[in-house]
Amino acid sequence: MSAAVTKIFVPRDSAALAVGADDVAAALQREAAQRGLAIELVRNGSRGLFWLEPLVEVATPAGRIAYGPVAPEDVPALLDAGLLAGGAHALRQGATDDIPYLARQERLTFARMGITDPLSLADYEAHQGWAGLRRALALDGGAIVQEVTQSGLRGRGGAAFPAGIKWRTVQQTAAAQKYIVCNADEGDSGTYSDRMTLEGDPFMLIEGMAIAALAVGATRGYIYIRSEYPHAIATMQEAIRRASAAGFLGASICGSGHAFELEVRKGAGSYVCGEETAMLESIEGKRGVVRAKPPLPAVQGLFGQPTVINNVITFATAPLILARGAQFYRDYGVGRSHGTLPFQLAGNIKHGGLVEKAFGLTLRELLIDFGGGSASGRPIKAVQVGGPLGAYIPASQWDVPLDYEAYAAMGAVLGHGGIVVHDDTADMAQLARYAMEFCAIESCGKCTPCRIGSTRGVEVIDRIKADQHREQQVVLLRDLCDTMLHGSLCAMGGMTPYPVLSALNHYPQDFGLAAMQEASAS
Amino acid sequence: MTDPLLEEVLAAHPAQDGALLPILHAVQERLGHVPPTAVPLIAEHLNLSRAEVHGVLSYYHFFRSTPPGRQVLQVCRAEACQSRGAEALLAHAEQRLSCASHSTRADGAVTLEPVYCLGLCALSPALQLNDRLHARMTPAKLDALLAKEGL
Repeated sequence: MSAAVTKIFVPRDSAALAVGADDVAAALQREAAQRGLAIELVRNGSRGLFWLEPLVEVATPAGRIAYGPVAPEDVPALLDAGLLAGGAHALRQGATDDIPYLARQERLTFARMGITDPLSLADYEAHQGWAGLRRALALDGGAIVQEVTQSGLRGRGGAAFPAGIKWRTVQQTAAAQKYIVCNADEGDSGTYSDRMTLEGDPFMLIEGMAIAALAVGATRGYIYIRSEYPHAIATMQEAIRRASAAGFLGASICGSGHAFELEVRKGAGSYVCGEETAMLESIEGKRGVVRAKPPLPAVQGLFGQPTVINNVITFATAPLILARGAQFYRDYGVGRSHGTLPFQLAGNIKHGGLVEKAFGLTLRELLIDFGGGSASGRPIKAVQVGGPLGAYIPASQWDVPLDYEAYAAMGAVLGHGGIVVHDDTADMAQLARYAMEFCAIESCGKCTPCRIGSTRGVEVIDRIKADQHREQQVVLLRDLCDTMLHGSLCAMGGMTPYPVLSALNHYPQDFGLAAMQEASAS
Repeated sequence: MTDPLLEEVLAAHPAQDGALLPILHAVQERLGHVPPTAVPLIAEHLNLSRAEVHGVLSYYHFFRSTPPGRQVLQVCRAEACQSRGAEALLAHAEQRLSCASHSTRADGAVTLEPVYCLGLCALSPALQLNDRLHARMTPAKLDALLAKEGL
């Protein structure tokens, strides 16, 4: 048959798979074969417009046209409507790049996401892949560190520590063996930007880690991925195999003489292993128990050696910084929050998905302009920003710019950029109890405020809910939170009070407090 | 556990660079759990005490010391899923399967457990049935899935 082959894209991202992308891909293959249509099916990453998944795209002379959300049973009608030529259909969303949700973003780190075949080295190369690594190979370690420091990049895992300073410490610490460790233990509810990167653009992470290795003189690296992400693990392992075969990893990166071996390590369902020192223990084959600091991992980290530990997005941003220059990245953002953050809209939101924007926009813009309000159609009551250890943000604070310092000033955190929306049916006392319960389940047990405090916290909130000496118990809860905040060894116990206190402060009526105040006033 | 299988796993993982977790994963991948009889053999291979191996095995939620049911249903209980009805979904699963959370039904047909985040937070609530992920779930959709699997 002489007709040109049409490229059709159906994502392989696990969120797309969870709503039937494999069945859609199979239906397309089957129907196209029956009709004698020549198609080339590409399993791309997700564009991050999850309410439209499975999002099918067709390459036309006018660019890629999107259809979604597509069910397998829609496929015959779509082909009848001229899908291969971008024909009109109720599910047609227009040119993908013109969908306002996507067009209004500033996709720097996620520039390739959903566009390429994640495991195609040719695709990666054709979309600015390896440009950062090639520039890094022409620089010495100090110059690479300088570039990253100048860019203003801060740790995207949540702690927001300047990446360049961490890299410099490792670079300047003499040791026979240094390590690069990527924290891909993305356990926060409401976050999936790491998962999307691992599944949708794995070479970007490899490139970023290789740049870090060149910068500090490390020859071994580990990517610690949680066991709940089997698709991410499989994709990453295959990407490492292909990058090694092509000479981007191994005994001599791109023939430079610099060695860098990379390995995936699988977590085992422990949330606290997202804390960097617990993760090191886990990679070493031990219980994921938090270490006291100092010594800093940059000085004595994995197996006691100097170690750069960064989140997936931090490493994944390094290639762009090297390729485009520090100033290019630094010019995005506000104050001391330079660059962009991939915000992740989740929970009860109409248009859930990934929004990469420069720091400085507001939660209201994300929730309303991008998110379109709640999925249930009911008023939004509370928004948890920054994962299960982040504060609940009431509507009165939705106009505060999203930047690290502005959020810290109101007792909140941006964390890893997860945003979980709850409508007015949410019981904030129950969610506060859940935060304590989660801490009790996941505490590593090393420090008392976290191990014991979380269990006591559940009990105290139960008594508040049951109105047993409520006023007294609220004082006790605040006192307990103060102990956890200031006495815990790591963020697990140290930040669990954020959701608890923000729920108590902004939604006292859910704890029966408004009623109590009325009673005492009468 | 058959010794040849364990020996194969141990041979593939030399006693270096934190081999314990990869070994436990490899054993569980093949057997569905890590039987207590494997503990002393793994300990000897890595020059660790049995207590150290048991300590690691029991620390991590993912590892099982007893075989799971023939099918495993994991329902996400994290906040993003809660905001879209995860608690009700889990309660429905318990009732539908006559199986409490964190347990295996007496006939060994199914294990039901809560899980903390499958990373599908924009399409909540989510769950995993055996090896497959499912998002935008409702009790009715769950019933259909379970019926398809003979549960």
